[in-house]
Amino acid sequence: MLAFIGRSAIQKIVTLFFVSIISFLIVHLAPGEPSQIDPLNPKFTQEVLERFRKEFHLDKPLHIQYLYYYRDLLTGKSVSWKDNRPVLKKIYERFKNSLWLFILGTLITWTLSFPVGIHAAIRRGGLYDRSTTFLAYLLISIPGFFFAYMLIIFVVTHFHVPVIGMETFGISSTGWYWFMDRMWHLLLPSILGAAGGIAVLSRYVRNQMLEVESQDYVRTAKAKGLSPDKVHYKHALRNALLPFVTMFGLILPGLIGGSVIIESIFSWPGMGRMAYEAILARNYPVILAVNFISAILVLVGTFISDLLYMVVDPRIRL
Amino acid sequence: MIVMNQNSKPSPAEGGVLEAPKRTLFQENWNLFRKNRLAMAGLVIFVIFFIIAVGGFFLTYGRSPVFDPALVRLQEKLRPPLSKPNLETLKPEELPRLGIYLFGTDDLGRDIFSRMLQGAWVSLTVGFIAVGIAVVIGVFLGGIAGYYGSSQIPLGHLLACLLLGGGVIAIVAGRTAMGISLILFGGATAALLIRVGYAEGKRPIPKALSVLFFNLFSVDVLITGLIDIMLCFPVFFLILTVVALIPSKIHYIMIVIGLTSWMGSARFIRAEFLSLREQDFVTAAKALGVSDWRIIFRHMVPNAMSPVLVSATIGIASAILIEAGLSFLGFGDASYATWGNILSSGKDFLFDAPWLTFVPGFAVLIVVLAFNLFGEGLRDVLNPKLKERH
Repeated sequence: MLAFIGRSAIQKIVTLFFVSIISFLIVHLAPGEPSQIDPLNPKFTQEVLERFRKEFHLDKPLHIQYLYYYRDLLTGKSVSWKDNRPVLKKIYERFKNSLWLFILGTLITWTLSFPVGIHAAIRRGGLYDRSTTFLAYLLISIPGFFFAYMLIIFVVTHFHVPVIGMETFGISSTGWYWFMDRMWHLLLPSILGAAGGIAVLSRYVRNQMLEVESQDYVRTAKAKGLSPDKVHYKHALRNALLPFVTMFGLILPGLIGGSVIIESIFSWPGMGRMAYEAILARNYPVILAVNFISAILVLVGTFISDLLYMVVDPRIRL
Repeated sequence: MIVMNQNSKPSPAEGGVLEAPKRTLFQENWNLFRKNRLAMAGLVIFVIFFIIAVGGFFLTYGRSPVFDPALVRLQEKLRPPLSKPNLETLKPEELPRLGIYLFGTDDLGRDIFSRMLQGAWVSLTVGFIAVGIAVVIGVFLGGIAGYYGSSQIPLGHLLACLLLGGGVIAIVAGRTAMGISLILFGGATAALLIRVGYAEGKRPIPKALSVLFFNLFSVDVLITGLIDIMLCFPVFFLILTVVALIPSKIHYIMIVIGLTSWMGSARFIRAEFLSLREQDFVTAAKALGVSDWRIIFRHMVPNAMSPVLVSATIGIASAILIEAGLSFLGFGDASYATWGNILSSGKDFLFDAPWLTFVPGFAVLIVVLAFNLFGEGLRDVLNPKLKERH
């Protein structure tokens, strides 16, 4: 166990190091420079450009820039080039907004997928199974932005309520009304974020359940005359749930992934939108920091899921 | 009297040997596939889409195409679908070819039907070329990792590759002098390695150079490490970053999508190769003295392709979705009409001209759905576990 933890920690740190190099190279070797982002702006004289380049070490060779940048990032001193605010603070502010979307979306995904998948597996080949299968394909295939617009048209024309933004513009009341307003604005983007997840996860639950239902011990349980409920939920389901424990680790990267498209449609001031704006403004520190943090989350997530696998299933020795 | 099966040829040994009905693997799979109605529907839609897309390319290509997707008619803005053109204000050459605006017009009065035709071709090429690139890289790297996995990489080889690669990157980045010197150094290292390597059998490697032959790690570690590194990037965000930084040309978008989505097929091929490598037909081929290259690509790859084929079909669907998403965010190639940028231009007129959203939206939905259904059907057919059941 300890050997495994040590080995994979070293492996992950090496991977992270290469990720940092590659993302740095991608951003810096692309044609164009952040100092040229607005060439027609009369304020950007040659002198200002020089100062800009000097201030942000853009005049140094690449490897020096790399060291400067990651030193600043790891000590928390890295600042956004656009507004001179600390990158980590900026990310944290946006992260708080995305977090709500993530929590609600994940809740919707997990609470819906399991019942749907389990029922589909139990009534295999029936109408319920076939229609949920088709629905799952539909949800995977629908472009997020198109789905978003269909929902917006539907909600706005039927309920006559605003859906864009985090809260109704100019709202001043507090308490219950404010809370409901926030929830209402939260609902549509989280449903959209959850749609793809529901489709994938419910299919996975179904397949897992089918796999277990064909095992010998389930047949034995049926043969000794247990009620179908007991067979399905007590004997089969418990074993089918095993792999899903590990998925808790794998949803971690979703924390920072905040969908760019959905957040820009709903004017949601979250991570995805911030990253998108940073890309447009060539705000390298923000782009690289988002990339770095999400790589850390991916690595930590896989690490947690490996560990959980070992804890849950003692047959597995990594 | 033996009744001969119509498909089977008369057997050469006319002694009344009853032949088993001859069905090729393809026919068997096809019969299995036909039973899956959803997958068949997917295949039919795919064929129709293919025809429309190829037709759309020829009908919208050139200086004076049959359907001009870029023809601006400002007096005919935002006409709803199936509406008749206003004959008095249009010049004869500006009239829509069908006599009506089948799918309406956009905010510049361009015919949505022509734009959809061109968009179909763009979606098709993006899907196929991006996935083609991904599969080629995946098969190549996965094949090497699976076949040569256990062989070690000496320090010197890695050094030479790094120097050469760094030189190429430096030249691309505009530092020509540094790049050329790096490449010269790399070339010198490689030449030295080759020279010493050839002499290896005759005399021992000199002490000073033996450090170059120090084994670092295996090929497998290198390639799986590369896959792990690539999987750390959030894909859509990475594509967005790269596409935003380079000039927005449709070819670049295809290449970028391809370069960021090869990991799945590399993993599949590697896993298949690990088991195929131990099989008798590979040993037999080796015993016959067949070259490694030929063993990999003629004998092993065809046997390992079926999971890749499935993931490629589904990959086409996601490539189309990614391209539509990029165009939607405004990073697409504006010189072509794509389904994504028709939708994107429609978002400002969501309530006044909903057809600008619905026509391309449903088109993307149907095509992507068809690819997904087809891919899943293929997965079921190619899955040997499932075949036994039928």
